This record gives sequence, structure tokens and C-alpha cells, in this order.
Amino acid sequence: MKFDNIIIGGGLSGLTCGIKLAELGKKCAIVSSGQSAIHFFSGSLDLLGKVNGEEVSNPLESIKTLADNHPYQRVGIDNMTRLADEVPQFLDRAGLKFSGNANQNHFVLTPMGVMKPTWLTIEDFTRFETKDSFPWKKALIINFSGFLDFHTLFIKDGLKKLDVTTQIKNVSMKQFEAIRKNPSEMRSTNIAKVFDNGDALDEFAQKANDLSEGFDVVILPAVFGLLNKQIVSEIKAKILKPLVLLPAVPPSVPGIRSQILLRKRFQALGGTYFLGDNVEEGFFENNRLVAIATNNHGDIKLKADQFILASGSFYSKGIVATRDKVYEPIFGLDVNGETNGSEWKDEKFFNDQPYMHFGVKTDSQFHAMINGEPVENLFVAGSVLGGANALKEGSGAGISLLTSLHVAEQILK
Amino acid sequence: MKKEIFEPFNVSDNNFEQCVKCTICTVYCPVLEVNPDYPGPKQSGPDGERLRLKDASFYDEALKLCLNCKRCEVACPHGVKIGDIIQLARIKYSKKKPKVRDMILANTDIVGTMASTFAPIVNPIVALKPVRRIMDSVLKIDHHRIFPKYAGLRFESWYRRYAEKKQNDFKKHVSYFHGCYVNYNFPQLGKDLIKIMNACGYGVHLLEKEKCCGVALISNGLIKQATKQALHNVEAFKKSIVDKNMPVISTSSTCIFTIRDEYPHLLGIKNDEIRDESELATRFLYRLIDSGKLKLVFKKNYKKRIAYHTPCHMEKLGWSIYSTSLLRMIPGVDFMALESLCCGIAGTYGFKKENYETSQGVGKPLFEQIESSKADFVATDCETCKWQIEMSTSLKVQHPISILAEALDVEATMKLWNA
Repeated sequence: MKFDNIIIGGGLSGLTCGIKLAELGKKCAIVSSGQSAIHFFSGSLDLLGKVNGEEVSNPLESIKTLADNHPYQRVGIDNMTRLADEVPQFLDRAGLKFSGNANQNHFVLTPMGVMKPTWLTIEDFTRFETKDSFPWKKALIINFSGFLDFHTLFIKDGLKKLDVTTQIKNVSMKQFEAIRKNPSEMRSTNIAKVFDNGDALDEFAQKANDLSEGFDVVILPAVFGLLNKQIVSEIKAKILKPLVLLPAVPPSVPGIRSQILLRKRFQALGGTYFLGDNVEEGFFENNRLVAIATNNHGDIKLKADQFILASGSFYSKGIVATRDKVYEPIFGLDVNGETNGSEWKDEKFFNDQPYMHFGVKTDSQFHAMINGEPVENLFVAGSVLGGANALKEGSGAGISLLTSLHVAEQILK
Repeated sequence: MKKEIFEPFNVSDNNFEQCVKCTICTVYCPVLEVNPDYPGPKQSGPDGERLRLKDASFYDEALKLCLNCKRCEVACPHGVKIGDIIQLARIKYSKKKPKVRDMILANTDIVGTMASTFAPIVNPIVALKPVRRIMDSVLKIDHHRIFPKYAGLRFESWYRRYAEKKQNDFKKHVSYFHGCYVNYNFPQLGKDLIKIMNACGYGVHLLEKEKCCGVALISNGLIKQATKQALHNVEAFKKSIVDKNMPVISTSSTCIFTIRDEYPHLLGIKNDEIRDESELATRFLYRLIDSGKLKLVFKKNYKKRIAYHTPCHMEKLGWSIYSTSLLRMIPGVDFMALESLCCGIAGTYGFKKENYETSQGVGKPLFEQIESSKADFVATDCETCKWQIEMSTSLKVQHPISILAEALDVEATMKLWNA
């Protein structure tokens, strides 16, 4: 089975590569072992939130201070500036509206009740321009009775520090009785499905409006618009007071919507999305990867001119650590991180852990390497690259998006 | 360069320990969405397994509401065999005995043999409203359901009478696992397959006495009988694949999925020797075309708009690409892929009175897509999806093999491959 490009990994990075290449006419396939981390999406894409523990105000400026082997440095500041600028339109073409600026972080209120800097925020959520002020004084937090994935007390405590007085109220409605029967299944996605399919929205908005008498702002969990995106604008229109949505514990409703829209965009451009399949083996000839074999397709190999490895970090098994080594499990590519096991970690848990920087080695054009030799047509993108502690820096989404766009450009050259 | 394989040393066969509780499976469970009595794949699967290992009384009979669609497994980022865990728990712990109704629905072989023998009488009778009412109240087979018609002349008999002899004229050969549906209800699909394979230069042979794959026996808790039939089939496949060097192809996605994956996973039956060469006809044809060993010539006047539905077991196999690629090769086909969603029938599940509402609720988003597709008909590889879609929408359903057979220029294709 022959494609122009095959991407291994169906998360933010893989889909970004696939869409970009398909937009420019390439026949692409994505092989994904399962659904991706986009299902845990907070609603904001970070470019750079912190450097050495200090909050970043201008991500593009602060990138210059990062280590030379950081993926951003390897993409290059000029490319970064140009590509970061492209991202909002790129997402918009998939039906995803984001706003923000790579020269100036804005803030979002997290479900822990604190303000965090970020780059782009999806239209569901509210952008705040400063960290230490909340535009309203009296907030009403509404939760659904029986919904355990929205921790209202954290929000209340957090807002208290911003001098906001809050009250928490629960709403019960007969439309949610069915999903409440099974407390472990009362999840944000199940609530969203009730709003998507039924008539619950009007009644809920009415209740929320009645309860919010005397408050300046209404805070709700982001349980709106899983498959039916309209629901988000409808709830915003129906709630009379200003409305702030906050992410709930995953699975994330805006996240799954984003995943679906990105996948549909890729397929609409002619892309083939193989879900629930694993790459078992690669076939190399003269420093080129010519084909891969997957679990589902067996002897029918998938061939392509170029391949991209966007298989994620430890959590997605893009790289694997055992007691004595770190390795890339599909092709046995060279990795950064084969150091002495005792140096993998810092004993202080909250410090910048060395293993978080581990990833697949590449040359300057993002080619994967085997025994020090670059593989001409195998590129690496996203978190499998290593070289960054995305958790500490707040750089995960930026690395996925921008290294992927950059790698796609290398292929299109 | 050596490929590393990570082999965890303390993981059960059904790998429930590898669940990281991410909840992604619950988003894609079609039952959970419409029937809150079902605890959902995470709770029924890996979470429940921990409890059941501690004490069997934690087993919840609500697990029978699982459709065994395996969409949870396709979604799982960590490769946990969630569907298998649930089905194995049902096999191991369920105390509910199968009802008479379940035995009737599950024994497709015996019922099919009897019904097709008396087809002219059985077909009109089971279609009668009063009869369906009685089946509803006595057997709890939902009265909305219409049984697929039984064929008067079974496929096997037709084959022996009209097709068998000439199959030896070909240079290359395959065996055909036709399944109960082709044999008792719709022999035309089997005839279509023979037409295509013959045009491609392949003789088509039957297995030495094929038995029902047993999927309905497994889902209805008749495990002993399922195991017996599975052992028989594996031997029959071996005779074809190992002894005669003839691969086995099928036109039913569920039969082939059961034989390849459910036999080892649920029944503990080894099938290593036959698994790779037991596959769907569309995959077999695609491989030949992809490797340049075959080219199909199509009629110039075939013009249809076709909407393809991915059956759950095709989604799990990852094989819909083969059927859809073949359909797209037909010049006059205006092809559209429907979003891959469960149709809700799940074999015998949707026929049961207690599941009717769930079944239709699950299928609703798919039915709506189909109604707005403006297609001439729907194409799909699964016979029970076909029944469900035909019972629940205004469109007819055809198997990709039948579509290919209709669009194929048999003589031109034959000329290329039977020189």
C-alpha cells in the first residue's frame, strides 16, 4: 500500500504533519495505536510558559534563552516566528477557533483556581490579560449534581486569592437522571452528549439564570459541544451573565471535539487514518526506510517516500525506559538518554527531571539516526524529540505543532 | 540495528494491569451513551477485573449489555484488550443460563438447516405480524425484527450441483468459508465471489465440512458448543492452508474476525498455523492488485453513489481500507465513507426484546448519516449490519463483493488472467 508520506502517531503532532502535507497535495496516511492525548486537552496551547521557574511574558523572545538542543532552537527563531503565526489559521481551517499571540502570553483560569500563562486558547474559554485580576467580584460556580469531575472548592479557594467572593450551587435535572444512575460514568463527555442530542440546554440555562441573580459572573464546567459545536455558542448566548467555562477532569469535551475535527480535516483532504494499529517493523535499504509492517496489515506493507515518527514520549510509548536502558521501540533509533541509570532522575521529585528530556536523536534537519547515521527519509516530530521538559516549561503543544509544521516543510522542500 | 521489544514481566494475559484509567474508552462505547444500566468498558473491563479477581461475587450480570464491538479496544492508547476482558468475565463468571430463545438465535447452523429446508413455508410465516407478536411475547424476540429470508437452495448444495466441477480447471486455488448467512440466507453473495475469483484465475473450493464460526454461541454463553465448532474449523482450515497450500477467504467480517482473534483470545484455541492465511476476500484481492499480480477490468456503464459503512469488527481488524479501495477502483462509483459508528445490532443482540431500544439508540447517528447521504445504496462487509441498516433506514445494503461482481467486466478480466 503506497502513500507519499506516512506518519506514525495520531496525536497533535501527527495530525499537524498529516494535515499540512495533505493541504499541499500529498497522499498521506497516519498510523495511530489508539486515541491520543488531545482527549486530555485543557483548551489552551502553550508555547512557552516558564523558563528556569520564571514566568514568561514573551514566548518568542524567551525562546532565545533556551538550550541549544531544545527543539525550538533547532527549528530556529525565524522559522518559529513564522510558523507560530501560521498556527491560528491552520487550526481555523479545521474548524477550530483559537486566539492569542506568540509575542505575548495571556492567562487562563485553571480548574485549580490559578491563572496560568498560555499562547492560544480555544473559543470556549475566557482569556485574561493579567495574572492577578479577575474582572468580576461575585462569582457563581454551578456544578451538576453527581458530577465528580469538577472540583468547585479549588476554584473557590483560588478565586478568593483574587478577591472574588464565590458561591457554589448544584443543579439537578431529570435529563441527567439516567447518567447519574451510574456514578462512575457521570463524566463530562456523557453530560455533553445529553446537551448535544436533547432539549436540556434551555432548561439548564433557565436554572442557571435564576440562580445567578445578584452575581456578576457564572462559572461552569466545560461540558458543552462534544459533537455539536453550536452548543458552545448557544449556552453562551442563553446565559445572561458573563460566562466562564473551566476545564473538568478528562476526558475533555473541547479536546475530543478538537481531535475529531482535526481527524476529519485530515480525512477530508484525502488522508487515510489507521486507528488502533501498531507499527511492528521497519524495512530499510541504503539508509532509507522503504516500508513498515503493522499489526493489522501484516504482510501488506505500507510504503512511502517519507516517513515521520510522531509517536510521543514515554506515556505514549514513543520511547520506553526499562531498568537499564532507554530505547525507541519501533525502529531502534538512536536516543538521547542512554546514560547511567542513576543520572536519569533527580531525587527531588519536583525538580527538572533529566529523564523528561530524553528522546530520539536527530540531525539538524530532524532526520532520525541509526548508529550515528541519519536515515534520509525518516523525520522526527513532536514530543518524541526530547530535549525539553514540556511539563516544567509549558511547551508541550508548541513543540508538537511547530516541530511538525517545520518537519512538513522539510519534506515539501 | 536490533528492534527492542518491551515485555512486561507481571502482566496478565488479558493485560488489564496496563490500563492507566485514562477513560478514553468510555467516550467511544456506543452502549454507555444510550443505556445507563451498562457500567461502561472501563468499569466492566479492567476496573471490574481487579474486583473479580478478589471475589467472583463482584461479577455484574449487566456485562451482558456489552455489544462486543471492540471499539473500546480500538480507542485504547495502551492496547488493553478491554472487550476481551469483558467477554472472558462473562464466560467465566456469568451464572445466567442461556434461554431457549438464545439457543435458537445462536444455533445458526441447526436453525438454518431446518429453516432453509422448509424455506417456502418458514419465510412467509415468520414475516407475519401475528407470528412476530407471538415470538415477541413467548420467545422475547422483538416484534420489530424481521428475520432474514431463508434460501430454498442452500449455497453448499448449489455449489455441489453447479459450480464444483469447473473449479479444478483453474491454475490457482482458494478455499471459501461462506458462513451461515451465505449458506442459508443469501447464496447470491457466494456466487458473486466465485464469479470474481474465477475471472481472476482462481478456483474456489469449500472446506471439508465447515461449521458456523460460533460467534453467536459465544455471545449467548454456549461456550462448550462454540469450542467444539472452533476446534473443528481450525482443523478444516489446516487441511486447506497447511496440507493443500490453499488460503481461506471469507465474505463475512465477523466470521473471519472470530476465527482469527476470538478463537485464541476467548476460547483459548491456538490458530497460529492458519491465522495469517485466513482473511477476507477483499483483502486477498487487494493484495494481488497492490503487488501488481492482478488487475480488474470494470464495465464502463456502472454508475452508482455508494456510502460505505465500517462494521465494528472491520474497524477492529483495520481492514475497511481493502473493501473501500476496491470500490473506489470502479470508474463509475461516486464513493463516500460514512463516519465509523456501530449500527447497534451486534448479531443476535438487537433481536432480543430487552435490547431493542438500546440497539436502535446506538444505531441512530449512523441511520441519520445514511438518510442524508444521498447514496443509491450502502455497502458493508457484515451481514448483520446489513439487516439492521435495511430494517432501520430507507436504503438497501450490498456487500462490496457483490458490487464488484456487478461492475466487473468478467470476460475482459478473464482474458487477462486465464490465459
